[in-house]
Amino acid sequence: MGKVLSPYKAKPKHEISVNYFNEGDEFILLFMEKAEKVKFLKEKAKVIRRHIVKMLGEAGSGHPGGSLSAADIVAVLYFDVMNIRPDDPHWPERDRFVLSKGHAAPVLYAALAERGYFDVSELSTLRKFKSRLQGHPDMKKLPGVEMSTGSLGQGLSVANGMALAAKIDNKKFRVYVLIGDGEIQEGQIWEAAMAAAHYKLDNVTAFLDYNGLQIDGCTKDVMCIEPVADKWIAFGWNVIEIDGNDIEQVLNAIEDAKKVSGKPTMIIAKTIKGKGVSYMENNPDWHGKAPKAEEVEKALEELL
Amino acid sequence: MDKKIATREAYGKVLVEIGETNKDVVVLDADLSKSTKTYEFSCKFPERFFNMGVAEANMIATAAGLATAGKVPFCSTFAVFATGRAFDQIRNSVAYPKLNVKIAATHAGVTVGEDGGSHQSIEDIALIRALPGFTVFVPADAIETREAIKAALEINGPVYIRLGKLAVPVIHDSDFKFVPGKALELRDGSDVAIIATGLMVSLALEAADILLKDNIKATVLDVHTIKPLDVETIVSVAIKTGAVVTAEEHNVIGGLGSAVAEALCEHNPVPLKRIGIQDVFGESGKPVELLKHFGLTAEDIVNAVYEVLKKKSKNM
Repeated sequence: MGKVLSPYKAKPKHEISVNYFNEGDEFILLFMEKAEKVKFLKEKAKVIRRHIVKMLGEAGSGHPGGSLSAADIVAVLYFDVMNIRPDDPHWPERDRFVLSKGHAAPVLYAALAERGYFDVSELSTLRKFKSRLQGHPDMKKLPGVEMSTGSLGQGLSVANGMALAAKIDNKKFRVYVLIGDGEIQEGQIWEAAMAAAHYKLDNVTAFLDYNGLQIDGCTKDVMCIEPVADKWIAFGWNVIEIDGNDIEQVLNAIEDAKKVSGKPTMIIAKTIKGKGVSYMENNPDWHGKAPKAEEVEKALEELL
Repeated sequence: MDKKIATREAYGKVLVEIGETNKDVVVLDADLSKSTKTYEFSCKFPERFFNMGVAEANMIATAAGLATAGKVPFCSTFAVFATGRAFDQIRNSVAYPKLNVKIAATHAGVTVGEDGGSHQSIEDIALIRALPGFTVFVPADAIETREAIKAALEINGPVYIRLGKLAVPVIHDSDFKFVPGKALELRDGSDVAIIATGLMVSLALEAADILLKDNIKATVLDVHTIKPLDVETIVSVAIKTGAVVTAEEHNVIGGLGSAVAEALCEHNPVPLKRIGIQDVFGESGKPVELLKHFGLTAEDIVNAVYEVLKKKSKNM
């Protein structure tokens, strides 16, 4: 992986725990001032972005655009919001995250590694033969992956199933799911949207990574999804619209979602595809191709 | 063999039974609970029953989510929708992550009857059999269904159970022992082996009785588990008899006949005739009329036996 990417990377795991976790594995971040927390999470998002670029550069294929657009949301979830235990990935009370847009696997892998589910050095095995870091997430191979995804449109249904299980057992865990904007062109998303409202799954918080681009171009040209907020409202959801690359807005939206009872929440997160790497931003060509070595270097310079 | 019960009826009853003993059992249906017979479970355990509406893809992937959290979901709808409409969900959200989801699909085959070809699943076994890690049960009667469902509950992984609409003869005693993956020898005979599954098992027994009048002794195998296939028993009856007829209410492409042909070709080829739907879609009619039309009667099995016996004697 070359350069040290994060100030924490070189430290052994237990030191990370000393620095950032107390014994109950809850983040000391909880006690941070908001401004301090936002600063920390911004830094984490940047570290995740650096991993994404390097991983994809090494892999020689994959999906940088939609991984980078979601980095802030994923950083907030894994480094502040979610109640998880990286050393006990199957802890029944854990919050769940389903990456429904499975092609953004690098953002998930980077967060899991940074959070201590496995060593950061393993990120360089992305998409390689025998790697646990499959091209799309495989829950059977990699601890911390809550659901195998990749075939678009299925993750919201899966999240609903997890949330129903929590309701049956009176468990308090919450389920987070990240959906792509192109992905909501899949009919199953709307089947699941209907079901989540019908079963009053207020323990489901979905994010729409609304970067406006898909493989073949702009979503508005390929298959228009607007008026997207109205659609989710009409389906019975609590809808919050934010700038999904703004850490503070992401934090606030999640807090607001937790307060809503009897309805699932859709956070429509306007994002920039390729966010953080100037030559990738808002360019659909970077949906599904890896940066070359010199492009990786250029991106890393921008992500300092 | 006088009593007739549809396998879906038996499913509805055993579902309530396992619901009592196993609190992790949850049931999902796609607006067909009165037909699939999950209705009784829904009345008894409303907090563990989820009607997903007419949305099979969502039903299957929701079940996958429930399974990740330790629940044992049984999903039911007609076989044609369960496997056709939701195939990608079964593949990617159930089979690929090896989740503990049970799909009990009813109204399989042409004996759906009057609803016609759009509703008559003739390819479901082929579809599910091709998915790595899936267990596929096709019970022959009510008692076998009861045991297959209980066995499915014991398996930690995806299971497909193919059930029918039509009332079919009860062929097993109530103390019958169901061993997953083990074909059941119902008759022992040295002249020919009739290897059957589902409602064709009782017809295979009828055929064996008819053949006996002509002094032809048939082995009858009940293959209630299409996958994993009991290759050992199938090969051994082929070696013993030297001629095989398969019988299923499914397309001859991809079902039991294909599975047996694959096994025999690799291990011990013998003259083989496959009774089944000959690569055509179904149509409206009474189940009995349709079984006759598609060549799925005891007489059709008998005729196929004479054909393979002719080939067998030529070979000798």
